[in-house]
Amino acid sequence: MIHCVLHDPNDSVAVVVVEGMKAGTRMTGLVLDQDRTIELDCLEDIPIGHKVALKDMAVGDTVIKYGVDIGKVVQPIRKGTHAHVHNIKTKRW
Amino acid sequence: MKTTFQGYRRENGRVGVRNHVIVLPVDDLSNAAAEAVANNIKGALAIPHPYGRLQFGADLDLHFRTLIGAGSNPNVAAVVVIGIEEQWTKKVVDGIAATGKPVQGFGIELHGDHDTIMRASKVAREYVQWASELVRVECPLSDLWVSTKCGESDTTSGCGGNPTVGDAFDKLYAAGCTLVFGETTELTGGEQLVAARCRDDKVRADFMRMFDRYQGVIERHKTSDLSDSQPTKGNIAGGLTTIEEKALGNIQKIGRVCTVDGVLDKAEVPTHAGLWFMDSSSAAAEMVTLCAASGFAVHFFPTGQGNVIGNPILPVIKVCANPRTVRTMSEHIDVDTSGLLQREITMDQAGDMLLEMMFRTANGRLTAAEALGHREFVLTRLYESA
Repeated sequence: MIHCVLHDPNDSVAVVVVEGMKAGTRMTGLVLDQDRTIELDCLEDIPIGHKVALKDMAVGDTVIKYGVDIGKVVQPIRKGTHAHVHNIKTKRW
Repeated sequence: MKTTFQGYRRENGRVGVRNHVIVLPVDDLSNAAAEAVANNIKGALAIPHPYGRLQFGADLDLHFRTLIGAGSNPNVAAVVVIGIEEQWTKKVVDGIAATGKPVQGFGIELHGDHDTIMRASKVAREYVQWASELVRVECPLSDLWVSTKCGESDTTSGCGGNPTVGDAFDKLYAAGCTLVFGETTELTGGEQLVAARCRDDKVRADFMRMFDRYQGVIERHKTSDLSDSQPTKGNIAGGLTTIEEKALGNIQKIGRVCTVDGVLDKAEVPTHAGLWFMDSSSAAAEMVTLCAASGFAVHFFPTGQGNVIGNPILPVIKVCANPRTVRTMSEHIDVDTSGLLQREITMDQAGDMLLEMMFRTANGRLTAAEALGHREFVLTRLYESA
């Protein structure tokens, strides 16, 4: 069972691809294109399609997805927790 | 991959995959008459819209270009045009007549709705009966024009739905098809990746000029960082956090190999095969309507959270990789590639699944949106009327 998907091995977030992801689950993450997996512990309930942090991040850090900058951290994020609009903002506009 | 499909070859050589007789209002005032004609004549399709009065300049040019383009689309066999007055009606008729297809116009002034509806219905009946005897012929794949735009995207769009289109676009590009993408502001954060894919410096400069112009519109009118509308509430509910993340998912639709060979203003018609960028809104119905006006015959529409859009002229094929959306909104989804996210299928297989549905659609299968009666025809406006 694949629980989350990464676009690039250097991404700092992954997409949860199963419904009802619960805190405490040992997650398997698929690195797209590389056909290899990583493992991490889920620390929070996360809805399908939402992102899980793959590392601890501090305010001001750049969030990487697709191997590219997708915004900045505005609240500290712990590995295994929910990464979304409450702790990440755009750098554009 | 198959190399041919069954299409309708029109008078100007373009190939359509539908055989519509449309009743096209020039303006908002003529919708009632157009809908009455379509009600009288079974098989005629009215395409109502809310604009066409007191527009001027570039906005008026775009209005005419969109209507003439819609009527000229090869999915349309013949056109009845109805406008409140003769002159602008004739302008639309003359534009469509350049394709060689049957078209007649009717002005309502000095006649009234009753007389206009009666005269237009007679012509619509002749057109419908004539079109019903046209037959599909075998056409090379390179005659098929395919557009794409995604909607109600979520993070699964970037992982599954959009790269499925990208894989299919790379294969269609190699086959010599004419392709288009757009959604100018939804490239924000990934514009450098699109620029890097442009064929040469001229195309790159044209693309960046369009991109920068649209950023200027955002800067002039914005009252916030647009976090309330780009990403949309639906995008955010689906897990997309920033415009950059949305853009990077969006760009997956143009594949990995094909190059951006040219740029189009809104509703402009491509002049050669290859992949085109069209400066356009990211609102689904506006963008798909512009694709129809540019002459595209089939549309790939990846969705994550479940956009239900269709178009009266352009068949919209929905592809989705979100297993929850596929389960809860199955009647809207033509191609399910959610298996990508569980490693059950490869990207190559997902692209082939979409292409298989494209051939079936081109050969006559109704899309989910067509069967459900989705006919969103939305004209892009550039500014206020005079």
